[in-house]
Amino acid sequence: MLLGDWIYQIIFYAFVALSIGSAVIVAFSRNIVYSAFALLLTFFGVAGIYVFLSSEFLAIAQVIIYVGGILVLVLFAVMLTHKIRDVKLSNPSTSPYIAGPLVLIIFIGLIWLIMTTPWQIKGALEIGGISDIGNALMGKYLLAFEVSAVLLLGALLGATYLARKNSL
Amino acid sequence: MLKEYIDAIKSFVDTTIPFLVIDAPVELWYIVWIFIFGGVVLGGAMLFAGLASFAERRVAGFVQSRLGPNRVGPEGLFQFVADGIKLVMKEDLIPSAADKLLFRAAPYVLFIGTLGIFAALPFSKSVSITNLNLGLLYIFAISSFVAVGIIMAGWASGNKWSLLGAMRSASQLISYEIPIAICFLTIVMIAGTMNMHQIIGQQTGSIFSWFIFRYPPFTVITFIVYFIAALAETNRTPFDLPEAESELVGGYHTEYSGMRFAFFFMGEYANMFAVCAIATILFLGGWLSPLPFFILNALFGDYQLLTIIEGFGWFIAKILFLVFVMMWLRWTLPRYRVDQLMAVCWKVLLPISLATMLIIGIWSGMGEWTSRYRGYGL
Repeated sequence: MLLGDWIYQIIFYAFVALSIGSAVIVAFSRNIVYSAFALLLTFFGVAGIYVFLSSEFLAIAQVIIYVGGILVLVLFAVMLTHKIRDVKLSNPSTSPYIAGPLVLIIFIGLIWLIMTTPWQIKGALEIGGISDIGNALMGKYLLAFEVSAVLLLGALLGATYLARKNSL
Repeated sequence: MLKEYIDAIKSFVDTTIPFLVIDAPVELWYIVWIFIFGGVVLGGAMLFAGLASFAERRVAGFVQSRLGPNRVGPEGLFQFVADGIKLVMKEDLIPSAADKLLFRAAPYVLFIGTLGIFAALPFSKSVSITNLNLGLLYIFAISSFVAVGIIMAGWASGNKWSLLGAMRSASQLISYEIPIAICFLTIVMIAGTMNMHQIIGQQTGSIFSWFIFRYPPFTVITFIVYFIAALAETNRTPFDLPEAESELVGGYHTEYSGMRFAFFFMGEYANMFAVCAIATILFLGGWLSPLPFFILNALFGDYQLLTIIEGFGWFIAKILFLVFVMMWLRWTLPRYRVDQLMAVCWKVLLPISLATMLIIGIWSGMGEWTSRYRGYGL
């Protein structure tokens, strides 16, 4: 293997380790603030993997939407919560003997599904450009685009209504 | 994408520095190149932060009819060196109520968001760390790390004032991102690209082909909206509520001292430089000369290197002018209240930016339509 390929491999696995390692912290940390901040690294690592898949737009959109929007919102919610350190679990897991095999079955099933699905791999240029994405959104997928826009508008109006001091 | 950069660098290395041919793979060259350029930019940003802090104090002195720092070096020019040494020598205090890990990490997260912007800036003709096709979008994305860093600093300090400052700052950042995004969209609509080099390339010609003079007076309005929102994004007066010292002690970095405080301080000035650089690129033609020719080229002949050097000079000059305007505003205007701050964003800047985007869209669309159908008797 060439040295150049080695460098690619190292960077790729660094991103993989970053995503998975921080995702583990998100799931298992007792401190919910650490979970929220570890989510930052998870999103960043996943964005890096998107870059390796030649979909820069998806990587950047991931950072804008998840880091700039959702993570900041989550952080706001977490920090306005009272007593966030060392949360006492009111409902500890009842039986790991049922959950364990169940999770294992789902894991194996997913792996089997990934291995057997005939993935349609397209060239990077076919999916990468923003003008293609724009044309697709305004052409073939116009209905889905408009419906999601109406949904978001509805959510916005609902939030404004709830935030009013004297609700109508 | 990565392959393209690497090929470009390989050809650059092969053609321009043949005496440096070492049998190393191009990826290694690329990484070395990134580190060198990154180091240069980091050093430049720090130098700028130091000089800007000195300039700010002198401008403040001038505006307020007093002297300002004028003892260290000629006219006090080395004041920032003295301040820097002082900050390095200071003890690095971590309050006992603080969350140690996050308290230490916060300045770095904030600095990633600020310095990440520099990776996509075109400093001069075909000079930039990376030439991203989605450069503008990338800049918008990476700067969202700043909000996370500020919240991290405010929460980890374990101090109510810090947390309040961080909350104010983060809500301000995410609100003012929206008018900024719409201003970006307007420019992308005019230019038809998100590549920073191509955006500047669209503005070549005379000074009147800069985007600020297109579709008069609507892009001027877009520029003003962007500049006001950029003031808020950098937490500068009249939007410096996060650091309102009369009510919040010092904002999200109240508990920081020594080198960590210096990181926040430098981050603020580097951020100022970055937003002014973006304004320069999008509206004022980036590294293009305001004259119809490049002075060095006219004097010494048509060499590419001279164009690059002079372009860099113009780029920095335009940025410094905008930075000066920011300082001027800081020492002239009083501070807004929190509710006024939000009202300005949502009730003034957002409708204006949306309206100008609509008008420019219709205008440019009409131009395209008439030129397309001119031959058909319309």
